[in-house]
Amino acid sequence: MSAESVHHDAHHDAAHHDAVEGQAAAPRSPQAGHSGAHHPALAHHFDSLEQQQEAQSLGMWIFLASELLFFGGLFTVYTVARWAYPEAFAFASGHLVLWLGTLNTVVLLTSSLTMALAVRASQTCELRSLRGYLVLTIVLGVVFLGIKMTEYYLDYREHLIPGPMFSLAGHELPDPLPGGTREFTRHVELYFWIYFTMTGLHALHMIIGIGVLGVLLILARGGRYTTGYFAPIEIAGLYWHFVDIVWIFLFPLLYLIHHGGAA
Amino acid sequence: MSTVLTPEAAEPKPDAVRPREHYLNVRFGIASWLLTVDHKRIAILYVVGITLMFFVGGAAATIVRVELMTPAGDLVSRDDYNKLFTAHGIIMVFFYLIPAIPAVLGNFVLPMMLGARDLAFPKLNLLSWYIYVAGGVFTIVALLAGGIDTGWTFYTPYSSADSHTHVIVTALGILIVGFSSILTGLNFVVTIHTMRAPGLTWFRLPLFVWSSYATSLIILLGTPVLAITVVLLAVERIWGVGIFDPAIGGDPLLFQHLFWFYSHPAVYIMVLPAMGVVSELVAAFSRKNVFGYHFIAFASIAIAVLGFLVWGHHMFVAGISPYASLIFSLISFLVAIPSAIKVFNWTATLYQGSVSWQTPMLYALGFIGLFTIGGLTGLFLAALAVDLHVSDTYFIVAHFHYIMVGGTVMAYMGGLHYWWPKMTGKMYPEWWGRFSAILIFFGFNLTFFPQFVLGYQGMPRRYHEYVAEFQILNVMSTAGASILAVGYVVPLIYLLWSLGYAKDAGPNPWGATGLEWQTPSPPPTDNFAKTPVVVNPPYTFTAKEAEVVG
Repeated sequence: MSAESVHHDAHHDAAHHDAVEGQAAAPRSPQAGHSGAHHPALAHHFDSLEQQQEAQSLGMWIFLASELLFFGGLFTVYTVARWAYPEAFAFASGHLVLWLGTLNTVVLLTSSLTMALAVRASQTCELRSLRGYLVLTIVLGVVFLGIKMTEYYLDYREHLIPGPMFSLAGHELPDPLPGGTREFTRHVELYFWIYFTMTGLHALHMIIGIGVLGVLLILARGGRYTTGYFAPIEIAGLYWHFVDIVWIFLFPLLYLIHHGGAA
Repeated sequence: MSTVLTPEAAEPKPDAVRPREHYLNVRFGIASWLLTVDHKRIAILYVVGITLMFFVGGAAATIVRVELMTPAGDLVSRDDYNKLFTAHGIIMVFFYLIPAIPAVLGNFVLPMMLGARDLAFPKLNLLSWYIYVAGGVFTIVALLAGGIDTGWTFYTPYSSADSHTHVIVTALGILIVGFSSILTGLNFVVTIHTMRAPGLTWFRLPLFVWSSYATSLIILLGTPVLAITVVLLAVERIWGVGIFDPAIGGDPLLFQHLFWFYSHPAVYIMVLPAMGVVSELVAAFSRKNVFGYHFIAFASIAIAVLGFLVWGHHMFVAGISPYASLIFSLISFLVAIPSAIKVFNWTATLYQGSVSWQTPMLYALGFIGLFTIGGLTGLFLAALAVDLHVSDTYFIVAHFHYIMVGGTVMAYMGGLHYWWPKMTGKMYPEWWGRFSAILIFFGFNLTFFPQFVLGYQGMPRRYHEYVAEFQILNVMSTAGASILAVGYVVPLIYLLWSLGYAKDAGPNPWGATGLEWQTPSPPPTDNFAKTPVVVNPPYTFTAKEAEVVG
């Protein structure tokens, strides 16, 4: 309510000011019970910290439901395209570097663990552990992105980036080739479009997540999230886990579908 | 609550030197508006944006109607005509109809109906307005740069391969504005769940809150699908990837499935809040408690759920499987049940009520009639055989305008007049209000009823020329559109006039029972001096009150 206070100060009239304040005490009294023990993080439009944390947590869950539908559209496109061109998709999938993808899965799952530990540290009011786990989570997120960039670079070297540079010239094509070489190449290119769109949007979510954790790490310095107010850490954790779960679906759908096919 | 100075303190005896403090006079200046996090001020910001877009979209419609006065294409070229109806559709759907009631009326009254001081995330609320503006700027820039001619549906492969207009910029505008409605929906759901006043149980919520809740669910689950569809459309258009274009290996039906998975539920995003407004208006102006409260509340949820399962009825002639068509047709018929439940319950509320004919009520009654016509003609379209006959004709155009304009715009106007005294503290001029409400009703019917006939006779939509036999009905339609245009300009004038010159409205000019009427007009920044405690159901009209006010 600082806005109102400023306004009143601007029209300062000592007698009147006091009178208004005096009257204001009466209607305010029902809330006096908890206004005495205000947590500094409590926003003025909430009655209690519990209510605020509940709202923030629910807000993140709903946002994630929305995100689910966003990725859902992509998974639908993937399903339709793979259904139409199973051979091309299996062939293309075999050109990803499986061990790098697997390593990245391990890195990301580990980051989920450190994130969960950060949330726990926040709830148990341990500032040192909280900051340590946040740093670890950020580092693991950056490692994930580094490995992803390496994979993208390898794809670039093999001319697998869709667009005018795309070419399967140096690759051994499967023997009974479904359709002509030109069609097959186009369908492999479609796979790589979907691969780059999906992993690219996933990486974008990772970058946002790392940014959020970075901000929380700085804000946590003064002990802001280790005095019973842990909602920001908790909802950042929810987001982080969600991004991990998306990867858990991306990994098999993109990396593991060439089993028994050409490679 | 950290309030030190509650405006309520000075309220009982308005100070002669300094008037009572409320959300409009608490601070002044451009920055106090552009940086506000007060849901009421943000609602006013939305009024400005939405009104602007409404008249831009209306201008495009005006040129379309003038062109259609004669069978020959003599006013604008084919290409320009395509751009005009596309601009009309995109602006009206994405920048007026979808945000209008939630972002303006919902933003303003929903927290008050809950007895809350604000929405759960005030900064997010302001952000969503800026996102709306950004999306609007992109779209307007695309229009000024030469426009887009794909129709508001962006069907591929035309939009991705053939059209030489500004598809990407416009699509980006729609992607952006989508996030604005997602944030609003998220804010509403969280607020309704966590910020109800003590004693305000779910079945004491006003029906407007129920319908806003159902709307928000659709926004949250539908809009992200449109977002990813638009992204993929841009990818295909920029890089020539075969996602949707069959010539390069894509599936054009996939685009239609994804597009309508959002855009059919979007129809319910537009009309559900309208139904909520009408529930409030019918109760307040017949001085009766809403008949069948629980049925209306759950009908909103049922419409939201069923609305997600009927998108295929836009694709009956697109070559989907006949079995899928059969199922989509059946579920489309089912949507009529909750819709009819609402209409019957409103009618039953009127029965033996003490009905008064103020402007908001005229709009509400107009809504009920027009929505019923729009809904019943929707059943024609849900029937597979009839749909084949009238697909892509003016019958479709008439049908959805009865829902969109006859439904959503009527309810928006009704709600705007109903809550105008609360928003501004001023009463609009009643005579002019009734005059324009009646004008809009007749103008609307004259515009769109002939289009049912035109469509049934086979006039296809989206052409700037037609055979001479159709001219009489088209001239009628254009004449109606002129009346409609006057009907929309008149309220713009007298509402603006009322800000400066009209008499003060008082806290509860309608004698209505909602929480929002139990605080002064305009409300203080925190809405209520102290959090109200709710002990009654939402509508507690009694015969005694009817005598006093009626």
